[in-house]
Order: sequence, then structure tokens, then C-alpha cells
Amino acid sequence: MSTLATPQKPWAKRPIDRARELAIVLFAGFFSFAFVAVTEMKGKLAYALIFFIAYALLSATFAFISRGAPAAKDAVVSTFVSLGAVLTVLPMLSILFTVIKNGLPGLHLGLLNHDMSMATPTDPIATGGILHAVTGTLTLVALALIMSVPIGILTALYLTEVKGKFAGPIRFLVQAMSGVPSIVAGLFILSAVLYPITKGYSALMGSLALTILMIPTIARTSEEVLLLIPNDLREAGTALGGTQWRTVAMIVLPAARSGLMTAVILGVARIAGETAPILLLTGGGDKVNPNPFNGSVGSIPYYIWKSFNAGSPEAITRAWAGLLVLMVLVFILFIAARSLSSRKISK
Amino acid sequence: MIQTPESEKTMSSTTPSSLASVAQAKPERNGTNSAQGTGLETRGIHAWFGKNHVLSDINLDFTAGSVTALIGPSGCGKSTFIRTINRMHEFIPGAAMAGEVLLDGKDVYAPGVDVTKIRLQIGMVFQKPNPFPSMTIGENVLSGLKLAQLKVDNKDDLLEECLVRAGLWTEVKDRLNTHGGSLSGGQQQRLCIARALAVRPQVLLMDEPCSALDPGSTLRIEDTIRELSDTMTIVIVTHNMQQAARVSDYTAFFLSDGGPGEMIEVARTSEIFSQPKDQRTENYVTGRFG
Ligand SMILES: Nc1ncnc2c1ncn2[C@@H]1O[C@H](COP(=O)(O)OP(=O)(O)O)[C@@H](O)[C@H]1O
Ligand SMILES: [Mg+2]
Repeated sequence: MSTLATPQKPWAKRPIDRARELAIVLFAGFFSFAFVAVTEMKGKLAYALIFFIAYALLSATFAFISRGAPAAKDAVVSTFVSLGAVLTVLPMLSILFTVIKNGLPGLHLGLLNHDMSMATPTDPIATGGILHAVTGTLTLVALALIMSVPIGILTALYLTEVKGKFAGPIRFLVQAMSGVPSIVAGLFILSAVLYPITKGYSALMGSLALTILMIPTIARTSEEVLLLIPNDLREAGTALGGTQWRTVAMIVLPAARSGLMTAVILGVARIAGETAPILLLTGGGDKVNPNPFNGSVGSIPYYIWKSFNAGSPEAITRAWAGLLVLMVLVFILFIAARSLSSRKISK
Repeated sequence: MIQTPESEKTMSSTTPSSLASVAQAKPERNGTNSAQGTGLETRGIHAWFGKNHVLSDINLDFTAGSVTALIGPSGCGKSTFIRTINRMHEFIPGAAMAGEVLLDGKDVYAPGVDVTKIRLQIGMVFQKPNPFPSMTIGENVLSGLKLAQLKVDNKDDLLEECLVRAGLWTEVKDRLNTHGGSLSGGQQQRLCIARALAVRPQVLLMDEPCSALDPGSTLRIEDTIRELSDTMTIVIVTHNMQQAARVSDYTAFFLSDGGPGEMIEVARTSEIFSQPKDQRTENYVTGRFG
């Protein structure tokens, strides 16, 4: 006869531990409430501050009583660590919340299949739409991707696989380039390409500036990803009679695929909401422009900027709706890229 | 340079005479002519890393169809030596070499030699199993063909043949389309052997192929080596004296006394373990080293 063993987790928190934690939280909450009521302090920030201090003190005291000074220090440190996480997440949640709250009223059925050619930002919300801006942004991102992904990844390959004489200076330049303000990239294309050569706005001009901004992100992230690929694999490939480039193409790049996809995602994130060069180079426009190489083109950042400038309540709601659409769009791009890269890996 | 035999434990429990009897227990072979080609010779191989001279004047003949074990303390240049044979040495920045490696009488370092062709003829199995993570088991085996852009008539036959010869077929035949990473360490190493076989090399270099494996997998790979040696020349680096005695026809002892590594002696494996000519060889194989 074998005794039946039930799976247990002796390391898990006991109910009494949970109760104590809950008590600390409740008491800290109550204390902050009382403290703010009694003293001169006001506002959400005051509640948060007092709550945090009370929580740190209380959990440290409990830890000290039950397990001594080291445990008390441990409790204080973990409180601070959680505070760090909260401080990171809070502003993001707050932004997300504000955008959704202000953007939702601007959504309507025709939003994604009309452009603004027959409406102005101050018209009632239900007229017009942002088709021109969405297609424009997608065009800009697509053109920038076509140019920056090969250049960025080839740069990373030069740094990690060729390791040529210029690797040091190039790495330095790429790092410096990632600090270039976007307006500078915009002015550069304006004075080097738009004025002397094309003499007109187009999606291509905008995406050239975005490419400048995107390359450093892609190149640096790809370099880090490629450095993580073990050298064993490169040696195994060459030992099987592959040339360096066949080994890179068949073994190193596929092994790095999901990391490279992350690099591309980060690049898109860098440019999707970029506004300054867009204002300089694309000319805006309220109509869908199917030709990416000629004529002014709208984009979501441009639409937001233009609507905010118009100033009326309708226009401002339009701007928030544009922000919401931009965020959702970037989110969809992320999900798509993620699932694409993981599907290929687990084929 | 620290010179401690790495597998002291295995050696101290083993008397030299028993190793010699292990070495003698297997059928005597001189290398056969059924193997392709006339063999592999090295002439006066030296190697450097930067200014550091790590290998001095190695002259070795590897008879076609034989297994040669390279033994010696770590850091004496065994890996460096076999990497000069298939020209992997030149990948390390600052590396230099001197001497000749003759494959079928032709120097692999001669100007104009296509180095990728050399590596197809001289395959290599590394210490750590390194299947390609982005490929399935089947793709791994056939990866050499793609890398070198070789054509074969029947891929499935080749796949099966290589896996059978590497002793892995029965274990993986039902999951050729899963990833190599799902295999155990010993299976991964046999997958790497199968991968090396698919391009039909005439020489196979193995750098401590079993040092990361359990005893069961080690024995399987040793069986594989014995079978393969009918048709190809095998050079195996090992720290395991038992393994050298079990699988090899010839054994070469390498040693570095602080300077560059040298080859102290080479002989039939049974002789190295029963009557080595050099006192240092005897000290090493009996575990009385350093
Ligand atoms: N990549 C390298 N760069 C510089 N020195 C190296 C490198 N690889 C090996 N060496 C040196 O060369 C000598 C021989 O090493 P190795 O051939 O790996 O010895 P073994 O395989 O016999 O243990 C050692 O002194 C080692 O420090
Ligand atoms: Mg070694």
C-alpha cells in the first residue's frame, strides 16, 4: 500500500501571512486618510506619500518583531523596489487612461473610412474621418521600414560578423546618431533632398527622415541580439563547408530571428508617433494620397497637431481620437510582429 | 602552465596493464584500403596565438581507415592542432601557423585551395553539442548540403543513412520534424555527428566529443566511432584514457612543459598503454603526472 501524497507548497504564504499583509495595507490606507484629514496636506499625491511611508514603517516593524533587524531592512528595501515599479507603471496607465477617456467620444462609425477632404476639424464629430491619416502613417512607416531594416541589420552584421577595421568608429557613430533630435533629421532631408532635388512634399521625404531616426535603434538592438548568438554555431556552420555569408544567412540570422524582430519593433515604436520631421516634409493634406512619391500626405501625428491647433471642442476631441487610433495601431503592429516571429520559430 | 590530467579519477582507479588489455581486446587494425583516399599527414605544424607559440613541430601520419586518439593535459594544444587540420584555426584573430597539412598528398594550405572544399572533406564534431536551433532534426542533418550548396538525388535516403550510422535513427525516426533542442545532450551530439557525415567527409575530427555526456551516451558514441572508422579516418581528442584505449588504433601523447605543446610520442594504442617509450607518457597514462 502506498500512501497517497497530495501536492503541497510549504513555501507559499499562509493565510495568516496574507491577513497580516492585508492588515498592513488597510491600516496604512486608513492612516494616510486620517493624516490628510487632520493636517494641512491635500491631494492624491499626499495620500500616496503618506500611504507609502506608513506601509514601509509598518511592514518593517512587523518584520523586525517576528524575524529581527535583517528582515526589517529587507522589508524596507522591497517596499522601495515596489515603489519603483509603481512609479514606472503609474504614468503609463495614467496616459493610457486619459487617451482612452478623451478619445472615445471622438470615435464614430465613419472614422476609418472617410478622410477630411469634405470636413474641417471644427465640424461636428460625426463628419469626416482619419482614413487619410491612417494610410499616410502606414505608408510612412512602411517606406521607412523598407529602407532602415536592411541598412540597420547590415550595419549590425558588419559590427558583429565582419568586425572590420571601422567597427569601432561605426559603433560610435551609430550610438551618436541615436541621439539626433528628430527635427534635425527633418531639417537635413529638407535642405539636402527636398529643396534641391524633389522640390515638393511627399511621403518619401518624410520616411527618409524617419529612416535616419530608425537606423540607430535597429542597428544597435540587432547588434546586441547577434552578439548573443553563440560562436559555436558560426564555427559549426563553417566547419560544415559553409562560407561565412551562407553561415550567417542560414544559421546566425534564423537563430536571431525573434530578437531581430524585436529590434524592428523598437524601430517602429521610435518613429510611429514622430511629428517634427513630418510637419517639415510631408505637407499634411486632408485627402488620401495613393502616390507615396509625390504630393503632400496626411499622417496621424499631423492630424493631431492640426486638430489641436484648430482649438474648438470638436477639433480637440478629434485630436484625442487620433491619439487613440495611433496607440491602437502601434499596438496592433507590435502584436502582429510578435506573432509573426514566434510562429516561424515554432514551426 | 598548470598541467593536471583532467580525468584523474578515471585514471587512478585503472592500472596501465588493464588499459593495455582494453586496447588489445579490440580487433587489430592497421587502417584499411577500403577507406577513400590515401590519408592525412601533418608536417612540422606550429601554431601561434598572437606572440604566444602554443604548438611546436607536430608530425603525424593518420592512416586512412584508422582511429587516432590525441591525449595530453589541457592546454597542451590538442584542440589547436586539430583545428589547424581543417583550417578552423584561422578564424581566431591573431592566429598564425606554420607547416603543411597533406590531404591525399596535397597541402590544404596551398595557395588557391578552396577552403570550404577542405572543410567538406575534413568534418568536425565539437566538444559541446551544437545543433542549429532554428532547424528541425532532419534539417540539421542535411544542413551541410545546403550550406555548401551540394545536390543529392535522394535526401530521405541520405538522412536515414546518416542517422543510422550515427546511431540515432531509431530514437528520432518518428520526430524528424521536431527541433534538435528537444533531444538529450547525448542525442544532440549524435545528431551533430550525423550532420557531419551527411557531406561525406573522408576525415572526421572530434574534439572531446563525449566530455559533456553521460556514460551511456559516451558508449553509444564510441560504438559509432568504431563503425565509422571502417570508411573514414578519425582523429579524436579525449581526456578519458579508457576511451582512448577502447576506440583508437593509434594514440599520440601531447605535452607542453611551459613552452609550446609538443608531441611526445605516437604508437599503437596497445603499446602506449603497455610499454610507452617515454617516461612522461607513462606518467601521464598511469595517472602519476605532475
Ligand atoms: N582563442 C585563443 N586565443 C588565445 N590563446 C588560445 C586560444 N585558444 C587556445 N589558446 C591557448 O593555446 C594553448 C593550447 O590550447 P588548446 O589547443 O585549447 O589546448 P587543449 O585542447 O590541449 O586543452 C593554451 O595555452 C591556450 O591558452
Ligand atoms: Mg581542447
